[in-house]
Amino acid sequence: MNLPSFARSQRLTIAAGILCFVLILVVLQLWLLTATMESFLSGSDAIVVPAALASIGCLALNFGLLHFFLRKLDR
Amino acid sequence: MRVEDPDSISKSPDGRPDAEQPAWREQFPIDWPTDDFRSRRDFTKLLGLTSLAFVVGQIWIAFLALKRRTLSAPEREVATLEELPVGGSKVFDYPRAGATCVLTRVGPDRFVAYGQKCTHLSCPVIPRPEKNCLQCPCHDGVFDLATGEPLSGPPRRPLPRLKLEVRGGRVFAAGVEEGVL
Repeated sequence: MNLPSFARSQRLTIAAGILCFVLILVVLQLWLLTATMESFLSGSDAIVVPAALASIGCLALNFGLLHFFLRKLDR
Repeated sequence: MRVEDPDSISKSPDGRPDAEQPAWREQFPIDWPTDDFRSRRDFTKLLGLTSLAFVVGQIWIAFLALKRRTLSAPEREVATLEELPVGGSKVFDYPRAGATCVLTRVGPDRFVAYGQKCTHLSCPVIPRPEKNCLQCPCHDGVFDLATGEPLSGPPRRPLPRLKLEVRGGRVFAAGVEEGVL
């Protein structure tokens, strides 16, 4: 799909939006990691796999946004 | 009035078009908006790497959990009934050297054993059978002697509990019931 060419000020706004979204996802991943570690150390394995899958989902979303940023927006 | 395209305001010092500029010029823009765009892009790349690092951490925990589930601790004799009176305690290493545990005889036929490292900052806990608790002297953490659950002080997680079997006047440790030693 061909994206319209954005003006410089528009690109800056979109970049800031992507950055905020990625930041929120990374903070979510940090919370997942600490909660999983806490649970693992107290002897429970129940949330280990779901948390890992959720974290992988966040990574996929982040890489998708990064791909848009680097390959589509930054051209 | 002619409005200039905001994307073509910048002119390179040598006046040549963007296509003829060296590659490094793209990374060191001349005006602020382009520079802001570059710095946001680089910071987002860094966040992408951080995100990858968190996933590696999650997979590592999943690997440790799988390893813990598949590896069963060996059964080993840790005490005899004669050497441990009611209210008495014994410290031993289980399942490997350096993983210190403490066994307490809480009744004629009742024994409990826990990992000795406090779940707060790893100080060794001391059994207090007369108060029905284990106490950590470093920060005054207190655990229930019957269950290993934290009762007061800084610890929030229970002590790792060992499975015990009593056969022929001897006490055997037969695995870890809950927690990480």
